[in-house]
Amino acid sequence: MQTNFKINPFNLNTNKMKTTIQKFNNSVSKNLKICGIAIIATLTFSSCSGDDDNVEPVNEEEVITTVTAIYTPVGGGTAITLQSKDLDGDGANPPVITVSSPFAKNKTYNGTVTVKNESVTPAEDITLEIIAEGVDHQLFYQKTGTLNAFTYALGVSNLDKNGKPVGLQSVFTTTETATGNLTITLRHEPNKGAANVASGDITNAGGATDFVVTFSISVL
Amino acid sequence: MSKKNFVFFWLMLICNLIYSQNSISGKISSQRPINFSDIHIHLGQKIISSDASGNYSIANLPNGTLKIYVSHIGFQSIDTIIDLKNNLKLDFYLKLNTTSLPEVVVLQKSNNPIKSVATQQIKLETIEKYSNQNLGDVLKEIAGVSSLKTGNAVVKPIINGLYGNRVLVINNGVKLEDQQWGSEHAPNFDINAASKIIVIKGASGLQYSGDAIGGLVVIEPISVKKDTLFGRTILNYDTNGQGGSISSSIHKGNDLGWSWNALTTFKYIGDKEAPNYVLSNTGNRNINFSGDIKFAAKKYNITAFYSYYKSLIGILSASHTGNVNDLYQSINNKIPSIVNDFTYTIKNPKQDVAHQIIKFNYNYYFNESAFIAVQYDFQQNNRLEYDIRRGNYNNIAALDLNLKTNAAKIDFNKNGHDWNVKSGISGALQNNFANPATGIRPLIPNYDKIDLGAYGIASYHFSDTFVIDGGLRYDFSKIDATKFYQKSRWDERGYTPAFSEFIVGDYASQWLTKPSFTFHNISASTGFHKQLENNWHLFANVSFASRNPNPSEFFSDGLHHSTGVIELGDLNLNKEQSTKLSVTIQKKYNRFSFEINPYINNIQDYIFLKPVGFETTIRGAFPVWEYKQTNAQLIGIDIQTHWDITNQWQHSFSFAYVNGKDTSKDEPLIDMPPLNLNSKIRFSKKEWRSLIMELKSEIVLQQNQFPDNNFFTNIIQDNALVPVLVDVSTPPPAYHLLHFYSEMKIKTFNKAISTVAFSVQNILNVSYRDYLNRQRFFADEIGRSFQIQLKFNY
Repeated sequence: MQTNFKINPFNLNTNKMKTTIQKFNNSVSKNLKICGIAIIATLTFSSCSGDDDNVEPVNEEEVITTVTAIYTPVGGGTAITLQSKDLDGDGANPPVITVSSPFAKNKTYNGTVTVKNESVTPAEDITLEIIAEGVDHQLFYQKTGTLNAFTYALGVSNLDKNGKPVGLQSVFTTTETATGNLTITLRHEPNKGAANVASGDITNAGGATDFVVTFSISVL
Repeated sequence: MSKKNFVFFWLMLICNLIYSQNSISGKISSQRPINFSDIHIHLGQKIISSDASGNYSIANLPNGTLKIYVSHIGFQSIDTIIDLKNNLKLDFYLKLNTTSLPEVVVLQKSNNPIKSVATQQIKLETIEKYSNQNLGDVLKEIAGVSSLKTGNAVVKPIINGLYGNRVLVINNGVKLEDQQWGSEHAPNFDINAASKIIVIKGASGLQYSGDAIGGLVVIEPISVKKDTLFGRTILNYDTNGQGGSISSSIHKGNDLGWSWNALTTFKYIGDKEAPNYVLSNTGNRNINFSGDIKFAAKKYNITAFYSYYKSLIGILSASHTGNVNDLYQSINNKIPSIVNDFTYTIKNPKQDVAHQIIKFNYNYYFNESAFIAVQYDFQQNNRLEYDIRRGNYNNIAALDLNLKTNAAKIDFNKNGHDWNVKSGISGALQNNFANPATGIRPLIPNYDKIDLGAYGIASYHFSDTFVIDGGLRYDFSKIDATKFYQKSRWDERGYTPAFSEFIVGDYASQWLTKPSFTFHNISASTGFHKQLENNWHLFANVSFASRNPNPSEFFSDGLHHSTGVIELGDLNLNKEQSTKLSVTIQKKYNRFSFEINPYINNIQDYIFLKPVGFETTIRGAFPVWEYKQTNAQLIGIDIQTHWDITNQWQHSFSFAYVNGKDTSKDEPLIDMPPLNLNSKIRFSKKEWRSLIMELKSEIVLQQNQFPDNNFFTNIIQDNALVPVLVDVSTPPPAYHLLHFYSEMKIKTFNKAISTVAFSVQNILNVSYRDYLNRQRFFADEIGRSFQIQLKFNY
């Protein structure tokens, strides 16, 4: 036995269908054209990039290449120059460190640090920036061995606008024969209010290191 | 068009006579005039067509169950099973496709012709829970996916232990090109624009790419299901960060003719807080707009899509360190060096990224079983990274990269009764421009890249329960870079004489070079899926893929400010080649189901960053990490279970473990996700305003497999230089977090349903650090947070 079940008998309308196909073809080509134009427009628009044949190396104006500390004895004598020079920045070559001569016994030396970028011509004096932004900078002097301590110079020129030390100027008083290292550190955005930081103790200073240079020195 | 007019049904008749061979006949009619000979009727293994007036018949069918499938493009297909015992007259009525969704579904299925890999999916319901978070966060819902983080706003997915360029993100069919080589570069995607996320672990998604050694994250946008206008707004507020987001979208669907979608999201979050302190400068902002417009005809559709994504992300102030001594202080002090009061302000360091996508699609359906898809897309990614710098330099980006990618592809898909073929070609032109105005030598040079690819994938059903698949892909890639090398670095790298030919100019202390590399890669995938009795499923797949070194692996040559490490690329690097064997076993009981996925991935010439020593600069000593190659092996297992305890109580569980080994040196690989266990218990009751309550437990063990990259540095203590250990290797201890989520549905005006959700993250306010967070040296992870979400559908 079979049963028929039928729903909505259907009348085939061939004419109607042809129309549909024709319509369809038209809109395909039209849409393809629009699509093509859009693609070309975008490609044209987007392909103008940097001119590769006219490249210049990046001018690293901000980099510190040279730190110089000049210690001048009070009452005359030979000034001593400590210098660390790293012309390739964070490149492969290590800094070149020079110490002009030993310190003399029983003298007071006034030191001044200058910071330069010598990778650009003319060389840029970054010391001026450090002074201008004194509140965000502080230098620290650490010594090892039998050397006496390095302290901040007391002048107003050594302070930022809040009366906290910047520390570009230091004092080193020699007594007997001694040897050791002097490490000078420049911290960017240190916490100047933290314990002992104002007196030159780096322990709680925080911040990021802009430079840290170590000189092997002696007092003869 | 009223849907109520469309009724479809089918009927079968059993007659008393018993024949071993039966026949079926009938007539097919339809709501609109169609060419009836285009209709395909699948009866079991056989395919027949009807005549011009819709009549069909087939004889010699054996007794038993028979699958019947009737389809015609533009109409809803009819899929049914009958128990055949005698001759049958069966009429079918085809009703128009009132929604565009079934077509999309067909497209989705055919988009993944690889059947031998059990793909993982995240549904809209889950995605919406993460509306206020990032793509990397929601992906952690899947066993075997973890995240590589930089703070809490930069989250990159790790699939089975691999990340970066090894994991591709496909957003709405577009392979996202957003400087994804960087470990602190999050995918530029707004999670609110996703309706479904599919994760394919391993390289078997050959239709997208041949270099996804880790896997693929395929994001599908929200598209409307019905011929209606539909809108959605989600509002989020998070107490931690004291901010939130709003996302609104409108969708207009249509079966034929015009349809469109538009979505916009705005996010504004201040400093996040760890249990014991504010994580200063961790706020973020985000704006996203995306929209598309589609015209669909019977046999084709055309879509234009545009998306604009912009985010501003603050990077934890305390994570900005200088040399190794600064790093030593951070690690040993255990608390961030900078903790300020809560603020919405974002200072340097920060990232400011904009990403745009323009896309055109054209799909043409030859018939119900074959279509061709043409796509063109353009992407522009502008990444600005700001660092703490002196004076006016603070306002100049330290890194300014502009990456433009033009890509086009043509895919062809053909479904037979028991086979499926997909093939296609693709091409891309990419230009990267590193703006020299930053005043810092860029990490990534200018380059032009050309990619061309062709693939073919086929699957074949031997029976209803056994399918095999195979795919092959070829990729050509050429990269032409323009880069200045410091002469000192060029010599230290030993690039003379091997790469002397690249030098084109002499600029005092620097060489101008034009390195150029060409790659030919083959990738392949094959496997099977066998359905056994009692709902056991077995999937097995083996894939082979190659990944070319990315620009950072080739060209990095300096201090990476965000990590405080000198990273050195290597022009000598070869491509990475992975062979992965993956097996998945699934079993479904009535109320309990589980999935176990063990895998083994052997990677030849695996590229990784290896600490090699120090370089002293005027800023102090910095650790030097070089991109090196080794042979690696990753063995792991992912487990997921689901248990419907009662109609109201549900439990789900996931487990992931991976062991990564440097087989050349017989030591563990760095940055492998530790073993993690997630457990969730859920109570739901429809009668109580569809109440859902969930309690989730997240356990992450300590990673005990790690290479020892520790080093010593000298610090001045008590007027003497003392060597101290900088422990950058030891992973943080295990942690256990509890999270709560609840929601209720409320009927608001116009019968619209709104959802109110309340959730608590890190209920116990646990202080912890995560091994895979680049900022684990500087601060704890975020503490407890309460979140409220309102969702309106209209």
